[in-house]
Amino acid sequence: MKRIEAIIRKTKFEDVKEALLNSDIDWFEYHNVHGIGQSREERIYRGVQYSTDVIERVALTIVCRDQLVDPTVKVILRVAHTGEVGDGRIFVSDMIDTWSIRTGENGDTVLRDKK
Amino acid sequence: MDTIGLSLDTVWMLLAAMLVFWMQPGFALCEAGFTRSKNTANILMKNFVDFMFGSLLFFFFGFGFMFGADTLGGFIGLPNWGDLSFYKGDLPVEGFLIFETVFCATSATIVSGAMAERTKFSMYLVYSAVISLLIYPIEGHWTWGGGWLCNDAVDSFMMTTFGDTFHDFAGSAIVHSVGGVLALIGAIALGPRLGKYGKDGKSRAIPGHNLTMAALGVFILWLGWFGFNPGSQLAASGEVNRIAISHVFLTTNLAAAAGGLATMFITWLKYGKPSLSMTLNGILAGLVGITAGCDLVSPIGAVITGLICGTVLVFSIEFIDHSLHIDDPVGASSVHGVCGILGTLLTGLLSTSNGAFYGHGWGFFGAELFGILVIDLWAAACGFLLFYGIKKLHGLRVESIVEEDGLDIYEHGESCYN
Repeated sequence: MKRIEAIIRKTKFEDVKEALLNSDIDWFEYHNVHGIGQSREERIYRGVQYSTDVIERVALTIVCRDQLVDPTVKVILRVAHTGEVGDGRIFVSDMIDTWSIRTGENGDTVLRDKK
Repeated sequence: MDTIGLSLDTVWMLLAAMLVFWMQPGFALCEAGFTRSKNTANILMKNFVDFMFGSLLFFFFGFGFMFGADTLGGFIGLPNWGDLSFYKGDLPVEGFLIFETVFCATSATIVSGAMAERTKFSMYLVYSAVISLLIYPIEGHWTWGGGWLCNDAVDSFMMTTFGDTFHDFAGSAIVHSVGGVLALIGAIALGPRLGKYGKDGKSRAIPGHNLTMAALGVFILWLGWFGFNPGSQLAASGEVNRIAISHVFLTTNLAAAAGGLATMFITWLKYGKPSLSMTLNGILAGLVGITAGCDLVSPIGAVITGLICGTVLVFSIEFIDHSLHIDDPVGASSVHGVCGILGTLLTGLLSTSNGAFYGHGWGFFGAELFGILVIDLWAAACGFLLFYGIKKLHGLRVESIVEEDGLDIYEHGESCYN
């Protein structure tokens, strides 16, 4: 069982969401995140030039069984890609255990992804 | 005059008063949008306070100070103590009082934006009361109250000196420039917001939290101005009046559109992109500028007035911010102060009946120049005494922790967004 975290462009969220639902992922979380990086965006407000280093992205958190890690990562790599700087990152880490609160069931069978 | 004509005039005046009242939410939304979300409750409160104080104080005292019989050598009218019976005119006095009240409150509410995000609420109340009680009614007495600046008797000071009286149809000088000058002095007395200027002295952007709100505010103000200017005719019946208010409607709208377009294109040239927040100011600049001469200038003159005001506005905002380091978050001192003065002077040039550019000599321009000087020196002197007096006696500015966390929490215990 693994946890996949992906930071993607806001504009790619709808496409990635569709692709994930079509590729056997039963549930995932997402949140809007603000990141700070080396790149800057030039802006002007009322005649004052300033650069904002705040970059808005969407972070997805997906927990899935081992056999789904590869296909899921591939889906995100394909769908969230534009080729420009700032497409984002994917992180994969181990997940130790899980329980279903409704049934009390334990282990990765709790994850109701289809495979 | 026939009763139907008088009724029509009264209804038009009250309808215009409603439109001018509607400028209060316009100002409130505009100022709230141009400032940060942690200070929204505070700035909305200030806008309500201006109108609440203005309504009561102008009824009890200000109306008499402005329209009462000359006293102290014409400096001020006799106070009325809430008794309206002294006023003699064709229009019902209570309706006329309401009409004049909304103008007084407009002048008062201009200042809150320039002093936004760092003023003690309690001390803002003092300012708000003083402008509605004294500053506005006194200069109003010199002009619309029938005082010396507008005295057209042959042997009066203005007629013997300039051959013309001071003319400010709806208040470029009397309402807007007074608010704008007070706004500037208030912003100077307060000092800039924390973080507005870097250690190197460079101006930093503090973007407003909601330009949608500010844009709605400006549309509302634009609508309100159709009461502000055409309503100042104070009559609608008869051939002369129905043509006059239509003319004022047109000049008002043309100047607003030209002002906004001028600002849009200049920011486009200067910054590479057309700026919404500046264009909103540009529309108001055109409106403020045309207010003095909207009855006297031609439609072309109105477009010229708007273009000049919308152009000067951009440079004025930059100069006040970048060179003078005066922090005016909403640009009130440029929009209302600079363009109020500009509009008054342009009336002296572009008036088709007595302006210098139409071959009528410089007498009327001299009257406009003298009038705006007297009015704004009065406003500046009062503002200086008031704001620096408060600063010395009690402190005008909140503590830095309040400013950092937002005035909403510390000053009001409520926030607008939860």
